Amino acid sequence: MMTGLIPYQIFVKEIISEFRTRYALNALMMFVVTTLTMVVFSLGDNDVPYEILSGMLWIIIFFSAMSGLSRTFVAEEERGTSLTLRLLTKATNVYIGKLMYNIVLICSLSVFIALAYQFIIDDFVVQSQSIFWVTILLGSIGLAGASTILAAIIAKANTKGTLFPVLSFPILLPLLLTCIRATVLAVEGAFISEALKDFQILISFAIVMIAASVMLFNFVWND
Amino acid sequence: MINMNIFFKVFLSLLLTAVIILGIAIPTVSNPQGFFQFPFIPGLEEKARNIFFHVPMAWTSVLAFFMAMFYGIQYLRTKNPDYDLRSVSSAGLGLMFCILATVTGSIWAKFNWGSFWNWDPRETSIFILLLIYGAYFVLRSAIEEDEKRGALSAVYSIIAGVTVPFFVFVMPRIMSGLHPGSLGDEQGSGPVVEMNMAPNMLVIFFASLIGFTMLYFWMYSLRIRTARLEQQHYSTE
Amino acid sequence: MVNSQFYDKQMRSLTLKVENVARVFARKTLFEGITFKISSGQSFAVTGKNGSGKSTLVKILCGLMTSSRGTIQYTVDNAVVPIDELFPHIGLVSPYLNMYDEFSGEENLQLFAKIRGIPVDQKYIDELLQRCTIYEHRKKEVRYYSSGMKQRLKYCAALLHRPVLLYLDEPSANLDEQGIGVVREVMQEQKQNGSLIFATNDELDLKYADSILDLNSLKIG
Repeated sequence: MMTGLIPYQIFVKEIISEFRTRYALNALMMFVVTTLTMVVFSLGDNDVPYEILSGMLWIIIFFSAMSGLSRTFVAEEERGTSLTLRLLTKATNVYIGKLMYNIVLICSLSVFIALAYQFIIDDFVVQSQSIFWVTILLGSIGLAGASTILAAIIAKANTKGTLFPVLSFPILLPLLLTCIRATVLAVEGAFISEALKDFQILISFAIVMIAASVMLFNFVWND
Repeated sequence: MINMNIFFKVFLSLLLTAVIILGIAIPTVSNPQGFFQFPFIPGLEEKARNIFFHVPMAWTSVLAFFMAMFYGIQYLRTKNPDYDLRSVSSAGLGLMFCILATVTGSIWAKFNWGSFWNWDPRETSIFILLLIYGAYFVLRSAIEEDEKRGALSAVYSIIAGVTVPFFVFVMPRIMSGLHPGSLGDEQGSGPVVEMNMAPNMLVIFFASLIGFTMLYFWMYSLRIRTARLEQQHYSTE
Repeated sequence: MVNSQFYDKQMRSLTLKVENVARVFARKTLFEGITFKISSGQSFAVTGKNGSGKSTLVKILCGLMTSSRGTIQYTVDNAVVPIDELFPHIGLVSPYLNMYDEFSGEENLQLFAKIRGIPVDQKYIDELLQRCTIYEHRKKEVRYYSSGMKQRLKYCAALLHRPVLLYLDEPSANLDEQGIGVVREVMQEQKQNGSLIFATNDELDLKYADSILDLNSLKIG
C-alpha cells in the first residue's frame, strides 16, 4: 500500500483532533495574548531599542512553543493511546506525522505573534519584511525540528511540564540567538545578502535536528 | 577498564602538585630569566596564572561530555547497562569540572574586566554546557525505569552533542554583533591557540592539561568501579 | 454461526517460537524460562493471579515491550518476520489499549486502516460494527461510550486487518452475556482460521485453549 501517505494520515489525525478539542485555539492563544499584553504594559511609554524588542519577540515565540509543542506526545501518553499507535505503524511514520503537525502549529503561532507584535508595538518597525518573514519561517521549522523529539522524550518522564523548557533551552539557544540577530538585521533594513549566513545556520540547524531525530526517535518511542 | 597502577598514581600526584605550586608561586618579572620566572604582561599580570587551571578544567568537562555521549550511543546499540553506568559517571565528573571551570573563569573575569559575568562567547559556551549537564541529570531523575532512563538520557546527550558545532560557529558571530564593547583580546582565540605564551609557561600549561586529563580518568575509573560494586551488592540482596 | 467471509481472503500460516523469555523489573524477576511454540489453528492461554505478569508477557509477545532475556521468533508463510514488522499480522485487545476519544467509533476504525496503510473497506467496517453490536453507536464520539462499548470497539479494531494471530488480554472484560457470546464466536473462528493467544483467569475462557501456561507455577499443560 502507499506507505508514503501514512505520516500524512497521522498529520491529518492531529489536525482533526486539534479542531475537535480546540486546545491550541484556547490555551495557546490565551497564553500568547496574555504575554503580549504583559510586554506592552511593561514597555510603557519608554523608548526601547529595537535590539531588545527583537529579543523579546523571540522570547515570546520560544515560550509559546514550550506551551504548545509537547502536547502531541504528552496527550498520547496521558490518554493511553500511545500503545495503540505503536501497534499500528512504524516509529518513523509517527515521528514525521507529528513533526509536520508541530511545524504547522508553530509556524501559525509565530506568524500570528509576529503580526501582532509589529502591529501593537510602535517602536518595532521592520524595514526589510522579506528578511523578517524568512527568519520567522526558518526559525519556526528549526524550533519544531528540535522540539518534537524532545517532546517525545519528556512525554515518557514523570514531571513533563517543567522538564520541557529545561531540556529545550540549551539545545535551542543557537537557533534563537541566530533568529534574534537576523530579526535585528531585518529591522535595520539590511540587504538580504547580509542575512544569508544566518539563514544558512537556520537551515542547517533544522536539517541536522530532524536528521538526528529520525535516527533516534525509535529509541524514544518504543520500549 | 583503566586500572591505574601505583606508578601512574604517584606520578600524577607529583605532577599536579608541581603544577599547582609552580603555577601559583613562580613570580612574574619584567625580564624573565630561566625557567622559574614568568613574564610580566601588562594588563594580565598575575591573572595569567588562571590559564593553568581554568582551561584544563574546561577542556576536561568537554572531554567528559563527549565520553558520556559516546557511551550513550553504545548503550543504545547494545542495551548493556554497563555503558549507561559509564555514561552517568562521565557526566557527573564533567558537571563537576564544568562548575569549576565556570567559577575560575568568572573569578578571572572579575579581576580582568571588573564584573563576574560578561556573556562573551567562551563564557557563554561553558555556561551552556553547564545547562546541558543540568538538563541531563534532571531528565534522569524524572524517569524511574532503568532501561528507559538510560535510553532517553542517551538520546538527549546525542541531541545536545549534535548542537555543539553550532555553538562553535554561532557564538562568535552573535556575541560580537550584540556586544561590540568586548575587549579585543577576547575576540581572538586567546593565548592558548595562538601559542604566544612564554615557553616555560607553555610547559606548565601542558603539564596541567595532561595532569587534569589523567585526574579525570582516575576519578572516572574509581566511580565506575564503585558503581559496579554497588550494582552487584543490590542484585545479590 | 461461523462467518468465514472474514477470513477466506488470507491463507497465511504463522508459527511463533518463544524460548526462555524472562522479564526483570528493578532487579526483581517477574517471570523466566517461558518456552512454547504455537502454529496456525492452535490456541494458547496464559493464566495466573493478578500481578503475575500476564499482561506484561502479552506486551512482550506483541513487540510492545522488550524481554530481559530469551528469544521470540515469528515465521509467517515460511519467512521470518522481525518484531518491528509485525503490524499486519497481529491484532490485540487489551485494557491498556485505548481509542481516540474525540473521534467516533467508525472514525477510529477508518483512522486505524489509514494509519496501517490498508484500504478503508467501509463495507467490512460496517460488518464488524454490526457483529460487535455497536453499529447504532458508530457515529458517536468514543468519549460517550460505556466501557462495554469501548471493549467491543477494541475487538473491531483488532480484527480490522484480518490478523493471522489474535492476542486477547482479558477477553471478557467489561462485557455482558451477549458480548461474551460474540467474543467466544470470535475466539472459535480465530482458532480455525489463524492462531489465538489469550490471557485470562476466567475458567470458561480457558476451555478454548489447546494449551495453557500458568504463570504462577510456570508449567504448561
